[in-house]
Amino acid sequence: MDQTLKIELGKQGVFVTTLQELYNWGRRSSVWPMQFGLACCAIEMIATTMARYDLARFGAEVFRPSPRQADLMIVSGTVTKKMAPQVVRLYNQMAEPRYVIAMGACAISGGPFKQGYNVLKGIDRYIPVDVHIPGCPPRPEALIQAFITLQKKIDGQHLTGADRPRHLDANAQGEFPVPEFGEHDLEPTSNQGVWPVEIQGTGNREQGTEGHSQRLTCD
Amino acid sequence: MKSVEEIKAAIEAAVPGAGVEFVPNPGPAAEHSLRLAPESALAVATFLRDDADLAFDFLSNVTGIDWPDKEIAEKAKVKRQVIKTVEGVDQQLEETVEETRKRVEPGCLEAVYHLYSIAKKHGPLVLRMKTANRSDQVELPSFTPVWRSAEFQEREIFDLYGIVFRGHPDLRRLLMWDGFKDHPMRKDYVEPDDYEYEPTAHDEVLKRAQEHKSREQGSGNREQGSGIA
Repeated sequence: MDQTLKIELGKQGVFVTTLQELYNWGRRSSVWPMQFGLACCAIEMIATTMARYDLARFGAEVFRPSPRQADLMIVSGTVTKKMAPQVVRLYNQMAEPRYVIAMGACAISGGPFKQGYNVLKGIDRYIPVDVHIPGCPPRPEALIQAFITLQKKIDGQHLTGADRPRHLDANAQGEFPVPEFGEHDLEPTSNQGVWPVEIQGTGNREQGTEGHSQRLTCD
Repeated sequence: MKSVEEIKAAIEAAVPGAGVEFVPNPGPAAEHSLRLAPESALAVATFLRDDADLAFDFLSNVTGIDWPDKEIAEKAKVKRQVIKTVEGVDQQLEETVEETRKRVEPGCLEAVYHLYSIAKKHGPLVLRMKTANRSDQVELPSFTPVWRSAEFQEREIFDLYGIVFRGHPDLRRLLMWDGFKDHPMRKDYVEPDDYEYEPTAHDEVLKRAQEHKSREQGSGNREQGSGIA
């Protein structure tokens, strides 16, 4: 619908919307994150939810201690190789639609521990990540920025068509393989369906689950 | 606190045949240590804890050291019989030649313990123990029966260095998982090859990343493969 006409109608007291807008508005306004922290970034995540930064302004104050009730996984901290299977398992246990924010240098790449023997070099090797935030740790403002980015992304999702999100696609893969403990490393070392992340022309990492789910069905 | 030499004398008086060796530290810290023989180490540890003067009631730190096999080149002067032709006549002469000989000093694993006394307010006393080698004789006595705080730290050393502590109540890996085969803090540990993107200034890491890249291009590029799919 034409945006100017919509505004004009709004001025006359007529509210016009689409089902998609209403649906996405409802989803993005009440994203429940999972109560789950891995390292020092979790402290910043906790600070973000408290009175000073107040993530409740964006509708995400309800941290659920169960993956069954959560929509958003904030991977806040270093993912060790010993912890990685549990993180993937928790992600598998979340109900669709679900989103992932990789918070901090460790969660996106391994960070200062990248050359270590027991640190996973980024959680996006095993699960699709929607928003990456750099920082060590990122400030609460950065987490809020990431959250707003995620809300914009949810707002832009189409309910139909090829680029519809995973939870509206009956054929999309919902189960992500949990890595096993091997003799020298995790096996496999990455999920070929989500890694490596496609790099777009400008060199930006893609920020879409649509691409991931498409590749998953192809693979 | 008594000096380390005095403690050594006290140990030798209390535990006959203790086999304690004084290891001087030539640095400015001058933190000398005592090397215990594994056979009598438990008796020595019990003495250090229970002695009224020493009363080392707190084990603050346990750590491991890996001493890899060391190749030592030595220059030695050797006398040799040489036949030389001097003025058309063959003569047997004795000549001194400098030769470089190489010998390999076998490596070992070492556990280091730092003791304090809270009752007497002194410390630290540094104890060391060496294993016979790095491969099959890697047993040392556990100090967990004497100081409970050694439990997790000895488990960590077992995990990362591979020292097996005899008498440990629960010797399992601490940081890595049970099926893991390597000991990551050993000098000859080979990390898994996942160096695909390393934005770093460290030359060594960059080199490994480049090696990884060339290897991957040689054997069916993974990134291209998924791009096509």
